[in-house]
Amino acid sequence: MDAIILQTFNGLSLGSILLMVSLGLAFAFGLMGVINMAHGEFIMIGAYTAYVFQEAFAHSLGGVEAGVWFVLAIPAAFLVAALLGALMEVTMIRFLYGRPLDTLLATWGAGLVLQQAARSIFGAPNVNVSSPIWLQGGFDFGAQLLLPYKRIFIIVLVAVIIGAVYFYLYRSANGRRLRAVMQNREMASCLGVRSRWVDASTFALGTGLAGVAGVALTQLGSIGPSLGTFYIVDAFMVVVLGGVGRLPGTILAALLIGISNTLLELGTSATVGKVLVLLAIIAFLQWKPSGLAALQTR
Amino acid sequence: MLSIQQASVNYGESKILRNINMEVPDGQVVCLMGRNGVGKTTLIKSIMGLLNLRHGDLYFDGANITKWRTSHRARVGFGYVPQGRGIFPYLTVYENLLMGFEATPKRAVDHQALEEVYAIFPVLKEMRRRVAGTLSGGQQQQLAFGRVLVRRPKLLLLDEPTEGIQPSIMKDIERVILTLRDRGDMSILLVEQFFDFALSVASYCYVMETGSIVMEGPAAIFDEAKAKEYLAV
Repeated sequence: MDAIILQTFNGLSLGSILLMVSLGLAFAFGLMGVINMAHGEFIMIGAYTAYVFQEAFAHSLGGVEAGVWFVLAIPAAFLVAALLGALMEVTMIRFLYGRPLDTLLATWGAGLVLQQAARSIFGAPNVNVSSPIWLQGGFDFGAQLLLPYKRIFIIVLVAVIIGAVYFYLYRSANGRRLRAVMQNREMASCLGVRSRWVDASTFALGTGLAGVAGVALTQLGSIGPSLGTFYIVDAFMVVVLGGVGRLPGTILAALLIGISNTLLELGTSATVGKVLVLLAIIAFLQWKPSGLAALQTR
Repeated sequence: MLSIQQASVNYGESKILRNINMEVPDGQVVCLMGRNGVGKTTLIKSIMGLLNLRHGDLYFDGANITKWRTSHRARVGFGYVPQGRGIFPYLTVYENLLMGFEATPKRAVDHQALEEVYAIFPVLKEMRRRVAGTLSGGQQQQLAFGRVLVRRPKLLLLDEPTEGIQPSIMKDIERVILTLRDRGDMSILLVEQFFDFALSVASYCYVMETGSIVMEGPAAIFDEAKAKEYLAV
């Protein structure tokens, strides 16, 4: 019983990270029809931003244990990943709109370049990012059950960020523009919306969120140049299962996939668990091809 | 004033419009007629910049706008009400109307202009919290119309605004077009199937046939018998 609660909890935190990663993928696909194969690399960029902050600033900001550097690394990772994402959109992706196959290849290539760049700068071996002292330990619920503070922190962080994204999408003028372009790009430009700006800023928002997910991941294990590739497949599954263009579907799909991944590992192995999840998704999409909550247009 | 000079438009290799010359003078209503599929919507879309001209030029208030982007044309005062309405189905009616202010210099909401549009189409005020996709066809048409009116465009492009909607709303929309004409501060290019309404509202008329202008003249002395031959199915 305790094991099930623990795995559900772990699944919840995994799902939270997946959610933050897949939002960017869903934006890029829903808005521009772009499948960004390099999206995982922005997770890696965010994680290395945290590493750089630890190495460069921890000493002057009260030490590694105080964790000021870690708090600062979260917005910094967002900015670094968002800026690099904007650069990628402006220099490459915008020339490939309406050419899905070319976009796949080009973004995959860009991903390889980013991985190799990380290898050249930081070296091939994995590096460790420490936890601030206030993230060590956990809530103790008796003999077997300990809920780590790190994972609680990740869940809370994602909840706050999803709230902010929701506010941005549904309450701000920029969000209104974004939704208008997503629903009818031609008409939005006829009304004066600069859709190029909307595309670039939305793409940057998505890669920025992946960067924040990278910072969260530093708390769950060591990080390396190919960190993103471990999460990107699951994130794609979230987008497909959730249905394109709807926040609630993406949230539900991320949590479902995260929790079923960890729960199905119980009694089987990690690999068998993944296979079972994949089979379940395939079966579901046979039944509902447009996902949990697809945007219907008439 | 909008001026189209020797414009041609292609879809791939097939020529849709050939050598179109047309003028929409300031503050007047110009009517474009023709059977389905002769290229009227293509012409409106090229004026809006959604399709590129293969040959020829577009001028607006003396400036050559042939290469301008669609959003840029919107910001100098083009307002487009497309056939099939083109509303944002998952935005509320109010949010749809707010999108009308995107082309204003500061993208700021002008509440006075909004109230004026509510006065013209009271149903939009009643339904402002509704998701636009749930409106009836006629209500969506009024929304699309209201959405461009909030920013008081200089040039209004109306693509069959009364097509396929219920007669009572059709009368409302015709009344609005007449009011706008009488105010005289907007140029209007109207694509219209109803001959009588077209002649009653317009000062000048064009008739299209398979991608070319085949007939034109002032509405007051328009040769109805000849025009009806082109329009008969």
